[in-house]
Amino acid sequence: MLSLLQIELFKISRRPRTYIAFAAITAIVLIFQFAFKSDGQSYMNLMLQNVQDNFELDRSKAINGYFMCYIILNTLLVQVPILVALIAGDAISGEANMGTLRLIMTKPYSRTQILFVKFLASFIFTILLLIWMAILALFLSLYIFGADDMLIFRVKGDESQILQITKDDIMWRYFAAFGYATIALTVIAALGILLSVFAENSIGPIVATVCIVLFFTIVSNINVPIIDKNVKPWLFTSYLVGWKGFFYIGLDAEGQPVKGSIENWPAIRNSLYILIAHIGVFLSIAIYSFRKKDILS
Amino acid sequence: MKTNILYLILLTFFFQKNTSAQDINILVGNARAKIEKVTDYEATGKMKTNVTFLKIPIATIKLYFKNPNKFKLISEKGLSFVPKGSMSINLNTIFTGNNFIIIDAGFDKIEKTNVRVAKLLPTDENSDLVLTTLYIDPVNFLILKSKTTTKENGTYELKMKYKKYSLYGLPDEILFSFNAKDYKLPKGITFDFDDGASNKKTIKSEKPKKGEVEILLSNYIINNGLNDNIFK
Repeated sequence: MLSLLQIELFKISRRPRTYIAFAAITAIVLIFQFAFKSDGQSYMNLMLQNVQDNFELDRSKAINGYFMCYIILNTLLVQVPILVALIAGDAISGEANMGTLRLIMTKPYSRTQILFVKFLASFIFTILLLIWMAILALFLSLYIFGADDMLIFRVKGDESQILQITKDDIMWRYFAAFGYATIALTVIAALGILLSVFAENSIGPIVATVCIVLFFTIVSNINVPIIDKNVKPWLFTSYLVGWKGFFYIGLDAEGQPVKGSIENWPAIRNSLYILIAHIGVFLSIAIYSFRKKDILS
Repeated sequence: MKTNILYLILLTFFFQKNTSAQDINILVGNARAKIEKVTDYEATGKMKTNVTFLKIPIATIKLYFKNPNKFKLISEKGLSFVPKGSMSINLNTIFTGNNFIIIDAGFDKIEKTNVRVAKLLPTDENSDLVLTTLYIDPVNFLILKSKTTTKENGTYELKMKYKKYSLYGLPDEILFSFNAKDYKLPKGITFDFDDGASNKKTIKSEKPKKGEVEILLSNYIINNGLNDNIFK
């Protein structure tokens, strides 16, 4: 099975579209860093609003590597599912399109193994994508902007809040957030593979995955109470931003942030369970369908 | 006879009022003299901010002052939200120049201590200060409370407690209060994760919210000479 995985990874590495994802992430991150290096103060002014009437803040220190990474992830993690879909949506349908699917089936591996290896290859691609993102968005930003305490601007119900996390309490949150993002993006990979099973060309499942993610994301961000209550809990995209939960620092009775704490770990844990359940369901349906798939036609 | 008594009452009232006015000038002068013993100082401390929308940790701060009105408050490490008007934490700035009229505003009590109330009106029309009210301990010549109204930055209130450095009129504890404006970000701008904690409805008050900054100071280094570069 390892050799099958190696072959799959080799195939992914030979496809030019694989590098589109890395190039897109590089371009977006570099543009963000350039923009904030030139005029990050304007963004900070927008976020601070009338706080500036009562308080003075060293904005140049506030725009630091940790803050930059948060801003970049905030934007990128909405787009990255599209990049994951480029690879996962092609997994089975690409083989069908090129006529190599039957050839693969002649190998001494079960269909379940073949599909699982395809999924594993997409999973590894997702991890590599996130590692690349971490290198650029976190470590390069830290190199360019330096390290300091981090400000989180948040809307919680009817309240807006500014949370401050001390710099010695941030790095573990990023590791946890990237870990969470890996699970979240694996859901997209599983969805892409599932749709890929039903198609004979790559475009269909890729576009379908992208459309589902976009549609669900838009609905997830409609702030209307009826949707908040009845629709959002059923959309997996509502849980994709759960990585932010690691940055919602816990507060003591006096409203002071407690170092090393998370405001609502059960909510993050439940979101993880829901995402893992989605992976399980998508993958099970994909395996079931692939085993029943007619490859002779 | 009746006319004589009336004159006597009026005369007594006049003298009493005059004496009282003199007293308040002397009292403010004494409090000022005590503060002006300090030509410069450096102090370390902890700053705790109580504003509803700001969830920030207690900051370790440093205060620097140099005569006549150079003042700086910085966080020793990390980011810090420094309240505007923190200049008034430094009482020396109140007395910079002699461009104010002192009005006796009677007596009051602050935590069991009887205090005299003095209102300082700036004579300079271009001054940012509109009115400063001082609550002075007449025994120790210490300012226990001050209220400052400015043109640009609203009204600030300072409450001070003195221990080790009372001889120099330097407080160990300062409670700095101000009117904090509401902070509201548009929904959707931050793509927040709804962790369910936001479902609790908050009761909104129309009144301006009070912000408080509590400063505990220690380790004053007084009259040791400070480099001007610190204030740049």
